[in-house]
Amino acid sequence: MKRYSAFAIAREAIGNHLGWQKAWASPAPKAAYDVIIVGAGGHGLATAYYLGKNHGITNVAILEKGWLGGGNTGRNTTIIRSNYLQDPSAAIYEKSRSLYETLSQDINYNVMFSPRGVMMLAQTHHEVRGYRRTAHANALQGVTTEFITPARVKELCPILNIDGPRYPVLGALWQARGGTGRHDAVAWGYARACSAMGMDIIQQCEVTGVRSEGGQVTGVETTKGAIACKKMGIVVAGHSGQVADMAGFRLPVEAVALQALVSEPIKPCMDVVVMANTVHGYMSQSDKGEMVIGGGTDGFNNYTQRGSFHHIEETLRALIETFPMLSRLKMLRQWGGIVDMTGDRSPIISKTPLGNCFINCGWGTGGFKAIPGSGWAMADLMARGEPGPLAEAFDLWRFKEGRFIDESVAAGVAH
Amino acid sequence: MSTRLSTGGRLIDRTAPQGFTFNGRPMRGYKGDTLAAALLANDQMLMGRSFKYHRPRGVVASGVEEPNALMNLGTGARLEPNQRATTTELFDGLIAASQNHWPSLDFDIGFLNNHAARLLPAGFYYKTFIHPRAFWKHVFEPIIRQSAGLGKAPTELDADRYEQAYAFCDVLVAGGGIAGLNAALSAATAGQRVILMEQSAHWGGRAPVDGATVQGQAAESWIAATLATLAAMPNVTLRLRTTVAGVYDHGYVLADERIADHTPGDGRPRQRLWRLRCGQIIAATGAIERPLAFAGNDIPGVMLASAVRDYVVNWAVSPGDRTVVVTNNDDAYLTAIALKEAGLEVPAILDARATATGDLPSRARAMGIRVETGKAIAKVKGGKRVTGVSVCVQAGEGAVLHDIACDAVAMSGGWSPVVHLYSHCGGKVVWNDALAAFVPDTARPPINHDGRPMVVCVGAAAGHFAADAVSPGGGVGTDGAISRDANPAQAIQPVWVMPQGAGIKLRSKMWLDYQNDVKVSDVQLAAREGYESVEHTKRYTTLGMATDQGKLSNINGLAVLAAALDVTIPQVGTTTFRPPYTPVTLGALAGEARGEIFQPLRRTPMHEIHEKAGAYFEPVGLWRRPYCFAQQGESHADAVAREVNNTRQAVGLLDASTLGKIVVKGPDAGRFLDMLYTGVMSTLPVGKCRYGLMCNEQGFLSDDGVVARLSEDTWLCHTTSGGADRIHGWMEDWLQCEWWDWQVYTANLTEQYAQIAVVGPNARKLLQDLGGMDVSREALPFMGWAEGSLAGFPVRVYRISFSGELSYEIAVPASHGAAFWAACVTAGKPYGAMPYGTEALHVMRAEKGFIMIGDETDGTVIPQDLGLGWAISKKKADYLGKRGQERTYLANPDRWTLVGFETLDGSVIPDGAYVITDGTNANGQRNTQGRVTSTYHSPTLNRGIAMGLLLHGTKRLGEVVQFNTVSGGTVSAKVVDPVFVDKDGVKQNV
Repeated sequence: MKRYSAFAIAREAIGNHLGWQKAWASPAPKAAYDVIIVGAGGHGLATAYYLGKNHGITNVAILEKGWLGGGNTGRNTTIIRSNYLQDPSAAIYEKSRSLYETLSQDINYNVMFSPRGVMMLAQTHHEVRGYRRTAHANALQGVTTEFITPARVKELCPILNIDGPRYPVLGALWQARGGTGRHDAVAWGYARACSAMGMDIIQQCEVTGVRSEGGQVTGVETTKGAIACKKMGIVVAGHSGQVADMAGFRLPVEAVALQALVSEPIKPCMDVVVMANTVHGYMSQSDKGEMVIGGGTDGFNNYTQRGSFHHIEETLRALIETFPMLSRLKMLRQWGGIVDMTGDRSPIISKTPLGNCFINCGWGTGGFKAIPGSGWAMADLMARGEPGPLAEAFDLWRFKEGRFIDESVAAGVAH
Repeated sequence: MSTRLSTGGRLIDRTAPQGFTFNGRPMRGYKGDTLAAALLANDQMLMGRSFKYHRPRGVVASGVEEPNALMNLGTGARLEPNQRATTTELFDGLIAASQNHWPSLDFDIGFLNNHAARLLPAGFYYKTFIHPRAFWKHVFEPIIRQSAGLGKAPTELDADRYEQAYAFCDVLVAGGGIAGLNAALSAATAGQRVILMEQSAHWGGRAPVDGATVQGQAAESWIAATLATLAAMPNVTLRLRTTVAGVYDHGYVLADERIADHTPGDGRPRQRLWRLRCGQIIAATGAIERPLAFAGNDIPGVMLASAVRDYVVNWAVSPGDRTVVVTNNDDAYLTAIALKEAGLEVPAILDARATATGDLPSRARAMGIRVETGKAIAKVKGGKRVTGVSVCVQAGEGAVLHDIACDAVAMSGGWSPVVHLYSHCGGKVVWNDALAAFVPDTARPPINHDGRPMVVCVGAAAGHFAADAVSPGGGVGTDGAISRDANPAQAIQPVWVMPQGAGIKLRSKMWLDYQNDVKVSDVQLAAREGYESVEHTKRYTTLGMATDQGKLSNINGLAVLAAALDVTIPQVGTTTFRPPYTPVTLGALAGEARGEIFQPLRRTPMHEIHEKAGAYFEPVGLWRRPYCFAQQGESHADAVAREVNNTRQAVGLLDASTLGKIVVKGPDAGRFLDMLYTGVMSTLPVGKCRYGLMCNEQGFLSDDGVVARLSEDTWLCHTTSGGADRIHGWMEDWLQCEWWDWQVYTANLTEQYAQIAVVGPNARKLLQDLGGMDVSREALPFMGWAEGSLAGFPVRVYRISFSGELSYEIAVPASHGAAFWAACVTAGKPYGAMPYGTEALHVMRAEKGFIMIGDETDGTVIPQDLGLGWAISKKKADYLGKRGQERTYLANPDRWTLVGFETLDGSVIPDGAYVITDGTNANGQRNTQGRVTSTYHSPTLNRGIAMGLLLHGTKRLGEVVQFNTVSGGTVSAKVVDPVFVDKDGVKQNV
């Protein structure tokens, strides 16, 4: 792998950029691998990368039904934060956030991690209490957050209307080292790094069956033929249920469409990420200048990668209420992704009923921020066969035992 | 130079001049002009700067596909960035400013990027700015952000309003050209309800510009006659300036009507967003011309041939005196002919095809225009304006044969059908070699609920560029609705790079995506680096991600990618067509729901009285509830303390109207409630109340409230204020989906009753003074209810207490709420009655150790954690949540349980603090053993009190524990019983 740098660009510029190598190879699948990862999204590629980097396992194939990074990795609103409430969540998201800090250097690919700060607005007294609780929890979890005043909110984000007639801003939970990253670059950078380690990324290769013997996985059938493996990781987000079904087990996961949209690009006007949960909307400005806006999930299951339009309207109402300047901007593009939701809205990183078959799914609406940490924990689980401290709480059997990791704690509204 | 012609212009009204300014310079145009036409008429070809290299750019197109001529329109509260000059109707007083330059449009520092273009190929930012780490956020990113973006962000509150409308129809026709008009006519004649929407301000589309004939008539007269027929039909709705923006499942369509964009401030809503439900959608959306990729094809003065024709014919504007036409098809010859007819010079038509033998080339030759076949543009000369072109052979590598001096270039690379609406909801497209275009694949349309094709394309959108005639009565849903007459044309010859053997130097000057500065060499670089999927190429190069979303030149990009990968164009495929077709104003999407009414606002019948009493309101769901009633000079904290003390010592009045009130009725109502609540409700005697808990299937506590049995088969369930709608939905969920054979009806009567809590030692006296019913302890004991009248009002009185005081909650019909409240206030005066708000309510319930849903519960807490085991029936076989609560983790004796806390120094424990314990867990997080759930200053005890959850809590009374603070400190508190006031309950039960 030739290293990327300003110098490399200058060198290649002399040759009119005709000399660049492929970022990743596109080999035909071999007959067998030590490890097969199903799904070349961010989580799958990160899993492969840390299998190689942390555990020296490089005889790995990453199989992708479509094009790498084409699922939720390429459809999200790129927010990175770790100000979660529950200990296991805070641990893995903070691990992830801290890996993002140095990811560009680690994989020699600029993923544009931009720790511009994330604020979650408190617009009811109930929400104030909820975020104060999170701030206390974060203080014990080693996650740096603070509860800030409305004046500080306004200072950090001048376009925000803190005196709205319905839900004036009462404060915010602020994570200064949260921010955004370039979603495609995360997938591409990991893919390039995996390929450089000799791993095979095989796109346009759909898994159609899982082979097993004596309760142990032995390989997969694909649209490019059968491939044997000693271990298998299922990392396919919205389609987890289908692959799990091939492997012979069911998951407590539902697939729903989550929507997002962008405005036309405008000059920089917002330097932070703002999430307004009372009114249901969140927004940041991309480096290109588009206002990137997250919408809601549908109340029914589907796989269409489109959502119900009324969610877009609700989101925009909420955001115009919060950011009146948005009113005269225009929606450029809206889209949907299929997210895999668990009952407690926390992920699954776990062994499965099938031996040597592991699963990483259930990231729901918040998977992008978790990519490095998720890959790290999944690689650890797959390499050792047992979960490490980051993954331990996220096992599949917690649903049976009622051992939930519920992050939707601000749901109740008081008398 | 570009200028206004002395005659012609089918859309302008020369008797109605309009003044406007561009970058502060006053200019004049005519009514009917677009802003782009008017700018050209004022010799303003330079209209903007590109996104990445800040190259000078002129207008390229005449419609929605325009990538360059984007303006900041208006000022202040009517400032709108990124408005296309090509679709902006000119009006008197219009203020426009160009974008993305500093200090000026003519001299832009950002143009330095252009000189460094070689160092800034596609995706350069992924390969650099990696070290040093901190520089990305603090140095590189700010520079990139400042250089990127287009228009300025508005800063003021939008002065306009937007409205939304719903409609339904059998057939929606999108596009008011010949094909659309004909399709509408066919459907309407067949008796169907038809809505026809056209995005521009004019009917008829391109046909009149092209001088087409339809059914033997001149297009203009056919259009007028057809419109007159349609307008007279009662089943037809016609809408101009309305863009069909998106097609969604089941015939749901979004359309945006621009009502007053061209008449700002006239009092009408600026835009109207249509939500349509359509039986079928006919996409008569036409086609968009493609540019050709030759070196310098972005220099101002290089325009689409069709756009040049539009400007000349529609607005009598000549883009240049000498226009070279370059093409690979016959259609562009119409432009040469139009220019010549307008008295302008066409030095040559460069036709990439080896021969040009059709009627149009013959006509052009007959007019004396030189046609050079097999020729191409090697490069365009000029900087901020075209000065000439160098001609080469298309088959070669670009060796210059000769130069032609000119000040404009009209290019045509063929036409791409507008298949967006067909594709939004899953319709597939197929490559048509003869047209060199993607056309709708009629075998794979988007499917409606009835299994029929939801969208049908007609006319040019279906690839029928050159058909003979509109078939009368034909059209809808068939292949028959044809766009316009056309001359028999010679086939297009696909040209994706001009000349075909161009070297890297030329390819680095061939623009594909004008706005985002994506060149042929960028797409080839992406392919070289393995970004082979069309989605990868798009994202790596930003091809098609500009505000035109690839309308102009995505197909060219796909073709270049296909060639680079050595595959066919259909193998590369397209990127996904996503709504909206053209950008839609966010304000229109939000509609009227702004400010006070951005969500439904729920007010209790006593709201106005509270306002007059100086209430400070807090949002509770959609409700507004008084938080406290601060008197002159009082802080909120003071007011809360006073309200608590007054209620405990005299009497307080609480507006409890927001409390959920759901009637559950029917032969199976008791059985149903026994499943819903953890306790038994079926045995509750008529006339009595019982406190109940509801859990979700997982076993976690989700709501609580007092249930009253109104009659043998009728129960009234009180829920939390915020929970009423959710619980009602929850009930219906079970009744409709699981227990559909149970005979139970539910009705949410929350808003039908106003409810007032009269609370405090003087409560009974107050009620007795109101008079009308016996409210004595004997007649109406604690946890009983009675119907009767008080002060002449029909009332239902519940003896329940959420404060620990003697308390009556009195429900009256909502219409009597305000009057009854006033009666209570008056009657309460001698007893010191004062209203109190939600915060006093919270404090008093915490003093009494009552839990609050949302404070003590957070979706992870079971009733057993809160010492509410007494409210769970041990006898019942089942209730919702029972099985969940039996799981190991919920039945674990090591769960955190409810206790009270008292700080050693009397201070208030910070909201949300955790009880810490020694050591850290495997992830390095500090171990915890509990947390505070409610924490207040108690005016009654004049000290801090708190409730919370603690490991083995109830066994640890008297122990001192440490709460953390966010700054890293601790607060010591003693574990106590959670009931701080009147442990024996003597006050409420009197």
